Amino acid sequence: MSDTYHHFIPKIEIGTWVQDAVDAFVNHTETFFTGLGNGINWFVEQLVDGFTWINPFVFIIIVAAIAFWRSGWGVAIFSLVGLWFIFDLGYWPDTMQTLGLILTAIIISIIIGIPFGIWIGLSDAAKNIITPILDFMQTMPAFVYLIPVLFLFGTGMAPGVVATVIFSMPPTIRMAGLGIRQVPEDLIEASEAFGSTTSQKLFKVQLPLAMKTIMAGINQSIMLALSMVVIASLVAAPGLGAKVYLAVTQLRLDIGVESGLAIVIIAIVLDRITQNTRKNKS
Amino acid sequence: MDKIEVRSVTKVFGKNPKRGVELLNQGLTKSDILHKTGMTVGVNQASFSIKDGEIFVIMGLSGSGKSTLVRLLNRLIEPTSGTVLIDGKDVTKMNKQELRNTRRNKMSMVFQRFALFPHRTILANTEYGLEVQKIPKEERHQKAMEALELVGLKGYEDKKPGELSGGMQQRVGLARALANDADVLLMDEAFSALDPLIRKDMQDELLDLQSKMQKTIVFITHDLDEALRIGDRIVLMKDGGVVQIGTPEEILMNPANRYVEQFVEDVDVTKVFTAEHVMKRPETIEVSRGLRVAMKIMKDEGVSTVYAIDKNKKFLGILYGDEAARAAEQGLKIQDVLKQVETVRLDTLLMDMFEVISGSSVPIPVVDEEGRLRGIVKRSAIIDVMADSSEVLNGDGVTK
Ligand SMILES: Nc1ncnc2c1ncn2[C@@H]1O[C@H](COP(=O)(O)OP(=O)(O)OP(=O)(O)O)[C@@H](O)[C@H]1O
Ligand SMILES: [Mg+2]
Repeated sequence: MSDTYHHFIPKIEIGTWVQDAVDAFVNHTETFFTGLGNGINWFVEQLVDGFTWINPFVFIIIVAAIAFWRSGWGVAIFSLVGLWFIFDLGYWPDTMQTLGLILTAIIISIIIGIPFGIWIGLSDAAKNIITPILDFMQTMPAFVYLIPVLFLFGTGMAPGVVATVIFSMPPTIRMAGLGIRQVPEDLIEASEAFGSTTSQKLFKVQLPLAMKTIMAGINQSIMLALSMVVIASLVAAPGLGAKVYLAVTQLRLDIGVESGLAIVIIAIVLDRITQNTRKNKS
Repeated sequence: MDKIEVRSVTKVFGKNPKRGVELLNQGLTKSDILHKTGMTVGVNQASFSIKDGEIFVIMGLSGSGKSTLVRLLNRLIEPTSGTVLIDGKDVTKMNKQELRNTRRNKMSMVFQRFALFPHRTILANTEYGLEVQKIPKEERHQKAMEALELVGLKGYEDKKPGELSGGMQQRVGLARALANDADVLLMDEAFSALDPLIRKDMQDELLDLQSKMQKTIVFITHDLDEALRIGDRIVLMKDGGVVQIGTPEEILMNPANRYVEQFVEDVDVTKVFTAEHVMKRPETIEVSRGLRVAMKIMKDEGVSTVYAIDKNKKFLGILYGDEAARAAEQGLKIQDVLKQVETVRLDTLLMDMFEVISGSSVPIPVVDEEGRLRGIVKRSAIIDVMADSSEVLNGDGVTK
């Protein structure tokens, strides 16, 4: 059927075209991306080294303290018990790797995402162009990103971080844009009426008022980043994700359950800390 | 001197505003243009000038273009055509920098829904205009504190706007505008969101501040009572156009057309008109002329009382007919039998005279600052004014 069809009408070779385009792109940009990849690797390494240098119990106390400051007693106790549990199971180094990956991805998401978010918040044209791209980024199955990322960065931590950034950045951009747009018109008017420059208006009025929404976006990005850790392990990014992958390929339910639980605990702690529920209540 | 001059300013909202202006020039109305092109006329060829130091009130129904007009003054909204001069400088031709400087130094704005920055303290809100000018911290603290003190909010500087009542928040709005020490205050329905009692307080406070500071205030309201209370002059707008400009009295006494008439119909005239507006000429007796003359005047004019004055027209008291007769029998002087009564001033509002007048069986004497008798107010005059203002007013008032 398909053969007779293609006898008359040529197949649209989109797969091949993209392949060719990526090949050409890779050839021309190899040094750049290798450099970038090395940079990312170096950064994650510093983070992970830092994390593992700290005594696990000190680390746990610090996280619990932050949790207490941001959310209160409940989350602090949960962090204390949860992280100790991870340590007890023997997943501490993997957890630190995963934290390093997530943190790097989120920092990159913020550095790139917030300016874009501000841009779509301020300009309708930017919003009309960027929103469909964000939709595309979010609906395209995350696995697909792995392929070009593999071409550009090879395997290891760097491609894992990049794929995670692509997948998890959209909420940061969207929510930053939304936050800027939600600033009441009369406050914008007031800041203009008193003779603010565009950047004074942005930094003294729009950004501070958008901060809550921006934080919600970053929180969503963190959750998406965590959901990427297993996929990132397909390009050999180390950490908890790699353990889950191992458990699947070797049918090791014990490892699967333990590493899965560790991811859930990390997710809950990070979520509660970045949500800042205490402030919301008051 | 004119502080602000608005010359044939038009604002059309929509896809092709220039075309809208052409249609307006051809004499089409706001609703014609809306039906024909879908564009909205915000302000239609408005022209007027605002004097230095006056409270200029812009009044009109909802949608008549008041907010648009006031935003054309500081160019928060770009005019489609026309010019706005401030101290002789054309706002519409300024570049960004000049416009910013004008907004910083010449015109401050107070908003209907306060528009305070919720993330900043009261002090930081008040400082905002100074902060964007990069005025040193010390200096702007000091100026902001002075402004807060002026509006009676000393001690609240570390609170956030959300912790304050509506009236207090609007005081902060006022302080923020005053801190800049701009010559012109633009107030878009600044008191409309406040409940009536607080609103009245704020009006009084504004008048009080104005007497100290002599700003030029452009005040928008859709409330005639408020306009009459605080306005030196009022402009009435309809469908974006200027219908009438004048002092409160001019607008009440000579409404330009049916629209203005409808506007002023329900106004409580007793809150607007003063003794001077309704007083009549009294029968007077200069006391040195003696009792006989006084009694003759009463007889000739058919009145039972005369108002006694001295050579300088200073009011001394009321002489009743029967008292005069008794005094004549007993050989007394006019001064010996005068009855003292309450007096009112030229600028006493009718509203504030009700009590005096209901407690008095004779018309109330009106005196000036020196105590000279200027006229009398009869009970009937007030009732007539309340029934229909235009006929009794401005009539055979007393010599000034
Ligand atoms: N940004 C805008 N876009 C389109 N039309 C507008 C815009 N702003 C105002 N208008 C229209 O211009 C006209 C004047 O509006 P404006 O807000 O100046 O009236 P107003 O007298 O201040 O009314 P209110 O008493 O309700 O505040 C209205 O018909 C309004 O719909
Ligand atoms: Mg308005």
